[in-house]
Amino acid sequence: MLASKPDKFIIDGKRLDGRTFDQLRPIKIEANVLKRADGSCLLEMGKNKVVAAVYGPREVHPRHLQDPSKAIIRYRYNMAPFSVEERKRPGPDRRSIEISKVSKEAFESVIMKELFPRSAIDIFVEVLQADAGSRTACLNAASVALVDAGVPMRGMITSVAVAKVDGVLVLDPMKEEDNFGEADLPFAFLIRNGRIESIVLLQMDGCITRDELKQALRLAKKGAMEIYKLQREAILRRYILEEIDELSGDENA
Amino acid sequence: MRKVVLPGDLLSTNPKVAGYGTYIENGKVYAKILGLFDQTETHIKVIPLKGRYIPTVGDVVVGIVREVAANGWLVDIHSPYQAFLPITENPEVKLNKKPNEILEIGDAIIAKVLNIDPKMKVTLSMKDRMCRAIRFGRIVAINPARVPRVIGKKGSMIKLLKGELDIQIVVGQNGLIWINGDRRKVSIAEEAIYLIEEEAHTEGLTDRVAEFIERRKSDVGEQTG
Repeated sequence: MLASKPDKFIIDGKRLDGRTFDQLRPIKIEANVLKRADGSCLLEMGKNKVVAAVYGPREVHPRHLQDPSKAIIRYRYNMAPFSVEERKRPGPDRRSIEISKVSKEAFESVIMKELFPRSAIDIFVEVLQADAGSRTACLNAASVALVDAGVPMRGMITSVAVAKVDGVLVLDPMKEEDNFGEADLPFAFLIRNGRIESIVLLQMDGCITRDELKQALRLAKKGAMEIYKLQREAILRRYILEEIDELSGDENA
Repeated sequence: MRKVVLPGDLLSTNPKVAGYGTYIENGKVYAKILGLFDQTETHIKVIPLKGRYIPTVGDVVVGIVREVAANGWLVDIHSPYQAFLPITENPEVKLNKKPNEILEIGDAIIAKVLNIDPKMKVTLSMKDRMCRAIRFGRIVAINPARVPRVIGKKGSMIKLLKGELDIQIVVGQNGLIWINGDRRKVSIAEEAIYLIEEEAHTEGLTDRVAEFIERRKSDVGEQTG
């Protein structure tokens, strides 16, 4: 069932799927796809298909979770049973609880939660089809959904992973590279005004040297900028039609 | 045509001009929400395209009573926060009457936002000319971000609806709209409001709505006459 370990990851400077080291998988982003959510996004990153929904700010239930000084943020990463090759038992497991936690922390650093005391902002991300890097795909989708919901943020979050295979660093790894590679590093950045401001998520699994980490960061930044452009385009495409230009009426009847 | 801006876009390097929908960091002004960039000489702001209703002092809102207490009423105003209407702020209150004899659970009211404390506890008031308990007519709910469209430039859309259909309308800033008048005409107004909400581009929308009302009026006229 699972792909077996290939003998070589890189042949003639090309990866298994024909990409170069610093090339992303094809990405498709669409904003505002769900009617009942305040904001939503459908995103495809390689074979990943994820859908994100944002609700809020809304009332907190149960009440005792309420914070009188700021909004609370809840993030749920969930994989559909049919998203992986072997059916996954529904419900949260250790991995998805951890991903939800780190992703929530990433968004807590950019959402202006002090503007909405005693309320909650709920982010739900569902993986419909999983490939490597589903957590980065989810972060990208959630970021677009939050903008679509009109939630105030300091900037946008863009996420991408870097892996090490056959001693080389590659951008946006696919399944084989992730499963049998030497290291896997998901990154997420806060991007403001078209510039990378800070790191909001950084994880690593595997073995790399100090220099390789620096190199991986450079590679991830480059990939993140490309994804950021696509995220922007997806939102603008949806809203360029909207013109409340001629209106500035605040007068009431 | 105004530009659509996203959170984090740099709008100005002068923090003195920062207005709604912006934030300041290190002396620079950035957008914090998705919206249309609006710039005048002294002020810049972002007009929101999406988002829930967040009350501000002075807003007229339409609310539903959710709870009756000895000292007032808890009111749902279609926002993340419940509002409170104290008995002292309801002119209908008399000494010999209990709160639940004046407003019951489920009653609708038009009220004004009197005060919001730092914990976002919203206080309402009905001591105003246009405030009242709603006992007739109809309430239409729309997305609060669409409220300025329903009002129109300098109230043009509201004037059109009122003038053409001879009805009463109160638009709550929270997206709830109260309509009162002849039942058939109120139905036409309701459809027109939903039409306004749905139309993504407003170029010539006022004219299109006028046309729509004319058409619906003649349809109704044929049926009855």
